[in-house]
Amino acid sequence: MPTPIDKEEVQRLLREGAQLVEVLGARRYEEEHIPGAINIPLKKLNQQTADEFLERNRPVIVYCNDYE
Amino acid sequence: MSPRAAWRLESLGFTQVFDYVAGKMGWFASGLPREGKLAVGRVGDIVRHDVPTCRLDNHLNEVRKQVIAAGQEVCVVVNDENVVFGRLSRDTLHSEREGVIETVMESGPSTFRPHVSLKEMLDYMQKRGLDDALITTADGRLLGLLYRADVEEALRDAEIKRALARP
Repeated sequence: MPTPIDKEEVQRLLREGAQLVEVLGARRYEEEHIPGAINIPLKKLNQQTADEFLERNRPVIVYCNDYE
Repeated sequence: MSPRAAWRLESLGFTQVFDYVAGKMGWFASGLPREGKLAVGRVGDIVRHDVPTCRLDNHLNEVRKQVIAAGQEVCVVVNDENVVFGRLSRDTLHSEREGVIETVMESGPSTFRPHVSLKEMLDYMQKRGLDDALITTADGRLLGLLYRADVEEALRDAEIKRALARP
């Protein structure tokens, strides 16, 4: 079960090497995103993109715009 | 959307998946950095952080001296956690009034988040005749003071850059 976290926990996990993923569309990502985040839109999140862009042995943090 | 993405990653075999539920708006609202090529900047980009602060139990006489000596015209009343309780206006600082800050401050001033766009903020300030505005995190901690003149200048600069970039 995915773990909900706050910004302090995000900062801690990033310091420890976590991967940060914005799951909004490319245009919204390009406009602005959290530094260090990569973009994998939810619509494109599948086995192929996950294997291509993410490492399984490191924590992954996902985020979107807000509580949507 | 992020909860679905987190569950999807788990379905793909990822075992350390975290969901930052407040999202990027929560991040920007806390005054944390952002990247990207958004055409119009946000309040947090130009807020001035060097705003004087004082405590509820300070005396106006002492605060007035310090603020005026620093060449400032506003003072924000905060607690030890930097949470905003009030502000001292230019009129109060330059008046003959005396007393403990708690009795002379403007209580509960309006505050704004750093992720508000500059254009939206300027519209608001113009409609209400505000020359400056307090910027805080979502949990009320002071980030700084935003001047309308700075917003106008930033938007003018952005417009010039856009004009120069046109073919």
